[in-house]
Order: sequence, then structure tokens, then C-alpha cells
Amino acid sequence: MEKPWAELSWQEKREQRFKRWLSPPGVKFASPKAEKVYKERVTRFYKAFTGQVPDRVPCMLPTGFYAAAYAGTNLGTVMYDYEDMKRAWRKVLHDFEADAYVPPTLVPPGRSLDAIDYKLYKWPGHGLSKTTLSYQAVEGEWMKPNEYDDLIRDPSDFWLRTYLPRVFGAFKAFSSLSSWTAFEEIPSTAFMSFGNPEVQAGFNAIMKAGTESLKWFGAVVEVINESLYMGFPGVMSGLAKAPFDTLGDTLRGTQGVMMDMFQRPQKVHEAMERIMPIAIKGAIDAVATAAAPIIIMPLHKGADSFMSLKQYETFYWPTFKKVVMAQVNEGIIPILFAEGSYNKRLDIIGDFPKGSVVWYFDQTDIYEAKKKIGDKLCIMGNVPSSLIMTGTPKQVKERCKQLIEVCGKGGGYVLAAGANVDEGNPENLRAMMAAAVEYGAY
Amino acid sequence: MAQDFINLLADLKEEEVIALTKKRLADKEDPLKIMEDARKGMEIVGKRFAGGEYFLPELVFSGELLTQVTNIVKPHLTGSGAKVKKLGKVVIGTVAGDIHDIGLNIVEFMLDVNGYEVTNLGVDVPVEKFVQAMKDTKAPVLGLSGFLTPAFDAMKETVEALEKAGLRKNMKIMIGGGQMDDEVRKYAKADAFGKDAMAAVTLTNGWYGKK
Repeated sequence: MEKPWAELSWQEKREQRFKRWLSPPGVKFASPKAEKVYKERVTRFYKAFTGQVPDRVPCMLPTGFYAAAYAGTNLGTVMYDYEDMKRAWRKVLHDFEADAYVPPTLVPPGRSLDAIDYKLYKWPGHGLSKTTLSYQAVEGEWMKPNEYDDLIRDPSDFWLRTYLPRVFGAFKAFSSLSSWTAFEEIPSTAFMSFGNPEVQAGFNAIMKAGTESLKWFGAVVEVINESLYMGFPGVMSGLAKAPFDTLGDTLRGTQGVMMDMFQRPQKVHEAMERIMPIAIKGAIDAVATAAAPIIIMPLHKGADSFMSLKQYETFYWPTFKKVVMAQVNEGIIPILFAEGSYNKRLDIIGDFPKGSVVWYFDQTDIYEAKKKIGDKLCIMGNVPSSLIMTGTPKQVKERCKQLIEVCGKGGGYVLAAGANVDEGNPENLRAMMAAAVEYGAY
Repeated sequence: MAQDFINLLADLKEEEVIALTKKRLADKEDPLKIMEDARKGMEIVGKRFAGGEYFLPELVFSGELLTQVTNIVKPHLTGSGAKVKKLGKVVIGTVAGDIHDIGLNIVEFMLDVNGYEVTNLGVDVPVEKFVQAMKDTKAPVLGLSGFLTPAFDAMKETVEALEKAGLRKNMKIMIGGGQMDDEVRKYAKADAFGKDAMAAVTLTNGWYGKK
């Protein structure tokens, strides 16, 4: 008899999730060959991610929004024109040999953002010039310093009635809503705030955003399905954040959270403890229905240039580590994407069970990282995006060769770029893949 | 008391600094002297940042302390007072299409505490605005900031526009931020790449012939 899920070890849970990734329910492959290469690719990534020796070094092409420029359109257009989005992403799917496929999931539906009047980001044609290649976050104090207690008491209520009214223009009147927990026993006055026409307009706006995002997702899923049928696995199923980043990126802003480290450190800690279980639940939910048991965690404000090692150990690491370990214990593989550089963190970031997590490096000295944590954990990265965008295919290939030779030794390495590349010579991407094939075999 | 004040500010002791600022004013000290001491305290903060002892949080917090001190002292300042002599002018800004300013503001801070008169053009700065600012200020040093990969082209276009306007030969251009490196420096035809805010100071000092 099978053991209940709760009694499985983390490795057993991960093994079960791997089997699901290997044979995703409902996927009909285009041919036996497509199925065969799909399974080879999944196994290649799985082995590398878990610190083992695969058949060869896997390669993740950094094609975040690259498809848009490559197909002669741009992000500002495909955010609104889903047919054009499909066309662009299918073009990359069919034109590039790759180990995995990056679907257009990160291209947000423009009309949904418009409907709710989103203020946390600017995007092409909306605060940025129409031809800008990416969207960008707006730094701001979206939560005030005196609101920590509100957040800590009830994060969801804080989100609905304080935070969202600031970042969703359409929810401005939600600050006057009564709390949902006011509905207790037989309600009477608790209904009243929902009668406010401005509040109702807010609900209408998010319903419109929802309808629109379903249309968008229909197009996204078409591309994902096609890539799976052709035998290209998706690698990342969801995103999770370190609690310090949620506080620093989304709520207090960089400036705000840094002031709080001095002026109200205890509140910062309490808030992160409160955010932590929410981040964990989000990650676990994200892989529940997905094929790949993999969550990417883009790490922002713990980089070398943002804080000292002592501050990192005090403020960033403890709750971040708990979010990571909770995923590991559920059989999830978290990819920890250290944006910027993590050179001064290398002595502590290896503190995870062998083969349990992946460290993905942007500008960190990856050779040093290989020495310090490479025998224990998978490392990934870090072909410079600048080289891919401005260099020659020969230079790119040479750099990949070096990376493979040093970091690939003994397995546990994935060839990838330091950051996504939004435009540039397609031959440079092909050179990356060619290097993996040519030099990466074990 | 002046030395205490300078050290307390450099050590980021918020309550003590504020209390002492008020006490010095109550003791009828020259408000200009207090501001001069505040500047000295910030200079130490800058040195500690450059030396790797302080990081971004300390820089941000010291800026907040300086604002608080200035707000307390300001009403007591009479007349304009003698302006501190600056070493020279530098123009900085984040290039078109990029709205990131954390690094940009650190560079402004570090150049300022090291004695330069900084014109910070802010973020998403169109090419023409850079050209105009270089004409207006006649600054011999320009710093271009960018976080994302699309900034590569914006930097290149900015440098080319300065060439076209005939201004390029009179100035040194440095770049920095996020995904920038020496490859990008070559691509954009800038004079130097700096990996952090201290590098911006070192480069500027070099171009101004100051050690």
C-alpha cells in the first residue's frame, strides 16, 4: 500500500512529483520521438537540479521577452494582441533548438492591467515609451511606516482595504469597505459599504480584468500545449519571494524598508514572520496542478550591494530560508535566483540539504561558487547578458565552453544567462545551445 | 560638542543627533557651523560606505538624519551664508526607457559628499535632455545609469547624440548599474565603466586630476 503523502520523506515526495513531470497527465505527444526527447530533457534537468550527473549539461535559453523582438513585434503590442503574442512565441518555439521552452506566461494581459488601473508597474505604452522592451516596477512607499501593526494583524485585510486601493486605481474606494470578517452571525450593516457605487465599480473592474485574463490565458495555454506536444518541457511552474523582498519591493519600497531596519527593526521581523507562511502556501499551490515541481525565487534586496553580510544574516536569510525549506520538505525544487551578485554570501548560502535547491547566479563569481557550494548543490548561470546582446557568436560559445568545463565538472550545473535577453543576434542564443551540445556531454 | 555631533551623525544615532542639534541651537551656536558639521558627518558616512563598512541601508538612513537636522536648523539660518566651494560639475541620469534610480541616487550622494556639484537629471531621461544639460552646465563629466538590458542601446544613442552635437570631445562619460559592464562600455562608446558608486567618485577624481 502506498504511504500517505504526509509520511513521505522530502526525497520521496520529490520523486513522485518528478514522475508527474516526466509523464504529465493529459499531454498527448506529437510522436513517439517527441515523447522520447521530452523525457530525456526532463530527466536532464531533474538530474542537474538535484546535483546529479545528467547525460549532458542542460541549457536554459534566456528568452524572457526575446520572442517579441525576434518576431518583429514588441512587448507593448503583444500585451494587448494575443494573436500576435502567439505568433511571436510560436516562432521562437519552432526556430530554436532548446532543452526547455519559456512560454509567454510572463507577458501580462495589458487590458486587465488597464481595467484595474495598475500603479505598481509601468509598461510599454503605459508610462514607458511604446518600444521599451520590458515592464518596470515603480518604487514607492505603498505601505506607510505606521501600518505595520495592521499588516501583522491581518495581511489579507491589509491587502484588500489598504494596499490594493493604492496600487489598483479602480479599488480606491475599497479603503471604505467594511472588513469581510464583519460578516458574523446574521449580518445587517455589514452589507452597506458594498452598496457604494464606487466600490461596485471596483468589483466590475476586477471582473473585467478576470474575463480578459481568461482570454489571454487561452492563448498562453495554446502555446504551452504545442511546446509540450513537440517535446519541450516547461521548467518553472511558479514564483515565490523572500519575505524581505515582499516588504521591500511591494510594500515599503527600498528606501522605506531600509529606514525601518534602523527605526523599527522588530516590526520588520514580525511582518516577515507573518508574510512567510503566505509565501509558502503560494508556492505549494502553484505546483499543485503544474507539471514541473519547480518554483523560481527571484531574490532582490539581499544582494551584495544592498546590505552587509550581517544585515543579510539578520534580516534577509532567516525567513527566506524557512520559505525555501518548506518547499523542499514538500518535494519542490526551488531555484534561488540571486540577481546582482552574491559573492559575499557564498559561505552561508550552501546551508541546505545536499541536492535540495538550485542556486542561479547573475553576476556572482560562479567559479568561486562552484568551489564553495558546487559539490553540494546545483548551480546555474551566468553567461553575461551583455555578452549575448553585444558580443559575437564565437565569443558567446567560448564563454559557455569555459563555464561548462569549470562548473559542469561532476554534474549539478545548468548553463543559463545572468539575466533575460530582450533583443539581439539570434545566433548568439544558438551559440549557447550549441556549446551545451558540443561541450556538455558527460 | 561639534566633534560629538559629527561622530553621532556618522554613527547614525538618531535620537542623540536630533537632541544635540536642538541643544546647539538653544546654546546660540551658529546654524551654519551646525550645517558644516553635518556635512562633515556625512563625509564620514561616505568614507565608511566606500570602505565597505556601511551599506545602502546606512546611506539611506544617514540621508534621513540629514533631512531631519536640516529641517530643524533651516528656520534659524539667516541670509544665504557662504557657499562651500565645489570641486567641479558632474551631470548624471538614468537613460531613456529605464526608471530605476536607487543606484543613481547613491552615485549622486557619493559625488556630493566628495565635493562635486551634481546635476541629477532623474530617470527615463531622453537623449535631448542629456544634450541640453551638458550644454547648459558645461560639465566635463557625465554619468549614465541603467539597470536593464534595453539601457545598452539607450546609452549608445545618448553618446551618439552628444557626438552629433559636437560636445563629445569635451567630456568624459562613465556608465554603471545593473547589467552594465565593460562590454557595454565598448558598445556604447563610453570612456569608462564603474561597478559601484565609489568607482564613480574615483573616475571623476581621475578626470578632474584630483587624487
